[in-house]
Order: sequence, then structure tokens, then C-alpha cells
Amino acid sequence: MRRLPRPVRLAGSVGLTLLAASLVSFLLVALLPGDIALIILADSATPERVAALRADLGLDQPLPVRYVQWLGDVLSGDFGRGVHSGVPTLDLILQRLPVTLELIVLTQILALGIAVPLGIWSAYRRGRAVDHATLSGCLAFLSTPPFVLGLLLIYVFALNLRWLPATGFSPLSDGLGANLRSMILPVVSLAMIEVPVYLRLLRSEMIGTLQQNFISLARGMGLPTWRILFENALRPSSLNLITVVGINMGRLMGGAIVIEQMFALPGLGQLLVQSIYAQDYIVLQGIVLFVAVMFVAINLLTDLVYSLVDPRISMGGRS
Amino acid sequence: MRLSFLLALAWLALVTLAAVFADLLPLPDPDAQSLLDMLAPPGAAHWAGADSLGRDVLSRTLHGFRVTLVVSLGSVAFALVVGGALGICAGYFRGLTEGATLTVVNVLLAFPPLVLIIAMVAYPGDPLMKVVLALGIVFTPAMVRIARANTLVFADREFVTAARAAGMSDARLIWRELLPNLLPALLAYGLLMIAIGALAEAALSFLGLSVPPPTPTLGQMMASEQTNVMEAPHAVFFPAGMLFLTIFALNMVGEEVQRRVDGREGAA
Repeated sequence: MRRLPRPVRLAGSVGLTLLAASLVSFLLVALLPGDIALIILADSATPERVAALRADLGLDQPLPVRYVQWLGDVLSGDFGRGVHSGVPTLDLILQRLPVTLELIVLTQILALGIAVPLGIWSAYRRGRAVDHATLSGCLAFLSTPPFVLGLLLIYVFALNLRWLPATGFSPLSDGLGANLRSMILPVVSLAMIEVPVYLRLLRSEMIGTLQQNFISLARGMGLPTWRILFENALRPSSLNLITVVGINMGRLMGGAIVIEQMFALPGLGQLLVQSIYAQDYIVLQGIVLFVAVMFVAINLLTDLVYSLVDPRISMGGRS
Repeated sequence: MRLSFLLALAWLALVTLAAVFADLLPLPDPDAQSLLDMLAPPGAAHWAGADSLGRDVLSRTLHGFRVTLVVSLGSVAFALVVGGALGICAGYFRGLTEGATLTVVNVLLAFPPLVLIIAMVAYPGDPLMKVVLALGIVFTPAMVRIARANTLVFADREFVTAARAAGMSDARLIWRELLPNLLPALLAYGLLMIAIGALAEAALSFLGLSVPPPTPTLGQMMASEQTNVMEAPHAVFFPAGMLFLTIFALNMVGEEVQRRVDGREGAA
């Protein structure tokens, strides 16, 4: 049997994953035990509101019909409304998305900015003191919950030294400086737990690359060490790193939930936690679906970047 | 490496014993409040100081570790049993079993783990059960993949073929021939998962989504004392430090065991 071209297979698997993710998000609310309308409205349940919500959710329909209707709504951008606020869920999400995206992107930049040079250096000086110190540091940061690091940073840099604000968020409209100042502590707390993951991966790949013939050739040609490391060895060593950076977006999304809550950043994670405190399952469902879609999109993007970096992986249909 | 490995093991044993027998230790009641001792620094009466309600921080930390222990061990045990069984069946029977299992696994992996955990914890029900189950379900996909990959390695080996030729039933073959060979890899990975479970429980309890008060949990202790960190840093950083040391020890032991298991497989 001829294999389908890669873009077709990719689109198929992405489509299936998205469909399954939507089913899980739908069942998340549909499978709540008891009368969903009563659970969601909880203390604020009046007969009229329960009836309105039941009609809104189409609760008298069978489950598959409800799923198809709900999916149709979602595809046309209707994620339902917040039970208590009445604000459309998609508006709530889009309003908070920039904060979370800024947090995650800055975190990735900082984490890679630390991990790549240190990882290269550590691989180059394998078995030496630098390498041992780096690896021990990795294990230590790997064992630190981000909020513990966050508490420590707040204690030292915000409360004692008073260099930075302890919590709160300054939007870009307050100026870039103020915005970045309010992001420093959250970003550092989140980045330091990603550094060990990236560093250890790059280090082990790099050690493999540095034993290859073309590196010996470059050395024999008298190229300076830093050029060999950064120009010749880094690219073939960074393939797995790219994949992991992509996959880690999901891990970071989880970390962002805790960090946003702790630093009072008005992002998606804070919305998620608030919707749980308020038992607003409709908003919760919207966020879960939105995040899953974002996550799938990022994984797809990672695949594409991967094929750009490694010319051996082509998007063509050759089998 | 040897000495640090033993030290890590000793620390884990110490913390586990102290948590299990916390009620028998000569410590104040973890819930006993005393206004006179509010935010008291470490001293003779309270070895690790007291929190904003005058409760003993050491006693609360040790009791908090009970939740950490139950959640991390319970969820990993769940993932080992369910994920291990599914992965072995997928790798052994192949075909439809494998296809169905891997589809479910891939869907679960499409969600960021903590988001999925939080969504499940939002369900009504017994808090401890919910947290254990939610973490267990999130850990399962990785366990399925490892069990399946390792089963694939062994399923074509001579001793399996021989056992089948001798007329051994599938169930017996999996139990007697495959499982003993797979267990080291699964347990080694489970050991590393325990550390992840402890971290996740701390994050959940920090958000107030784990076992509710008055049961002390490490994350909740830190979250509720966060506002007093200037006056009483010990109330935040003592549980934080204990948690860090424990997870550090778990990671150290876990990675060492993983190395040895990998080495053994490479030599086989």
C-alpha cells in the first residue's frame, strides 16, 4: 500500500486529535454527576435561571446531539458564557491570553539563553569541575517547585532588597520598562525549572556531535573553538532540543497556572483557577479546549520547524 | 556518588518514618492554635517556629508529608498497574488493542498535564481520592508507552517463542515470562514519577485544590503564610526546604536506579 504524503497524514492526525480533544472537553461538563445546571448555578440557582441554563445547554437532548450542537457553536466561536458574569468565554480567554503568552515566551527565551551556552560549555568541558557543578545545579533546580523559587525570589528581591515589585502586573500601556519589571520574577521562577531539562538534553547531544569526524576536520582546519561549538556543532545537536522546547509549552502552561496565581498576573492560568473556585464549569471547559487546541497547534509548528532545521526530513511525499 | 546516594536514601527513610509516625512523636498537635505563639521564631517550644495561628510548623510539615506520600505513591501505583497492564497488552497483542490504547494515550497527551489534572480535580467528590486519581490518570500515558516499548523488545525473544511453543497461555506467559523482565524498567521510571507526583501535589495544594484545611498540606502551608513571609520566613521556608530536600533525594535515587537499570538492559 502506498503511504499518503506526509502533509496529508499530518493533517489527518491533527484533525483526529483535535476532535478527540473537543470530545474530552465536552464530556468534562456533560459527565458531571447530577443535574449540571444545578451544580453550575449552585447557590445562585433559581428556577428561572436553572431553566434558562438547561435550555442554553440543551440538556433535554440526547448526548450525541448535544455534542454536535456544542461543537457547531464552538466552531463558530461561541464557547458559551460565564455562568456568573455572563461574559462570553472566548472574550475572557482572548483578553487574558496575551499575559500568559508573554510569560511563556519570555520564559522560553530566558531558559534557552541560559541553557544553550551552559550546555555547550558543559559538553565541551565534560567531566571537569564546570560540568559537575552544572549537573548538580540541574538536579537541584529540577527538584524545586516553581512557586518555592518564586517565594524565595519575592522574599529576597522584592521584600528585602526592594528592587522589584512583589506581585501584580503592569500592562504594556504602562510602558515597556514597567511591564518587563513586573515580569522579571515570574519569568525567572518559571525559567529556572526549564533550564535543567534543556541543558541536560543539549549537553548529551553535543557530546555525541563533538566526537564526529567533521568536528575533528574543523579543528584540524584551525577554526576557533567558539566557532566550531556555536556554528558547526550546535545545529546538528539541537534537533531533540527543538522538539522538547515545543512539547514543554504544555508543561509551561501548567507552571504558568501556579505562577500567575502567586504573582497575581491576570493570565489564562489565573482565569482557570478562578473558574474552579467559582465552579464555573463552562469557562473551565472553554479554557481546557482552547489550551488543548493551542497545544496541538504548537506541536504541529514544532514539527514544521524541525523539518526546516534538519534537511533530511522533508515535507514531500516520498516514502 | 555512593555516599550521596546513601544519604538520599537515609533522608527519604527518615521523612517517610516521621510522616507515618507523626502522631507518636513528642510534637504539639498540628491543629492546636495558640495566639501567644503567633509567628514565633524557631525555639525550644516550637523547633521550627509557629505560623500565623500559632500552630507548630514542624508538626504541620510532618503531617503535611502524609498527604504528599499518599498522593505520590497512590498515583504512581495507579499508573503502574493500569498503564503497565495496558502497555503490556498493547505490545503483546498488537493489532486493534494496540491501536485503541495508543489513540487514548495520544488524546490524553494532547492536554497540558496540570490543566488536565485541575479540570479533573474540579469534579465533586472526595478530595484525596480525586487528586490521587487525577495524577494517576495523567501519569498513565507515559507508563503505557514505556511498558509497550519494553514489551516489543522482549516479545520476539527466544524464551517467549519457546514458552508459546510449549503451550503456555497468553495470560500465564505475560505473568511468568514477560512481567519479571519488564518490572525493573517500569519501577525505575515509577521512582522518578514519585518525585513528579510530590511536586504536582505541592502545586495543587498551593492553589488550594488538594486536600482542604484543616488537614495540613505543604503547598497550602506556604500559600497561607505567604503574606507573613517578612515577619516569619520560617513558616514559609521550613516546609519549602523540607519539600525541596525530599524531592532532591527522590530525584537522586531515581536517576541512579534508572542508570543502573539502563546499564543492565544494555548489557543483556
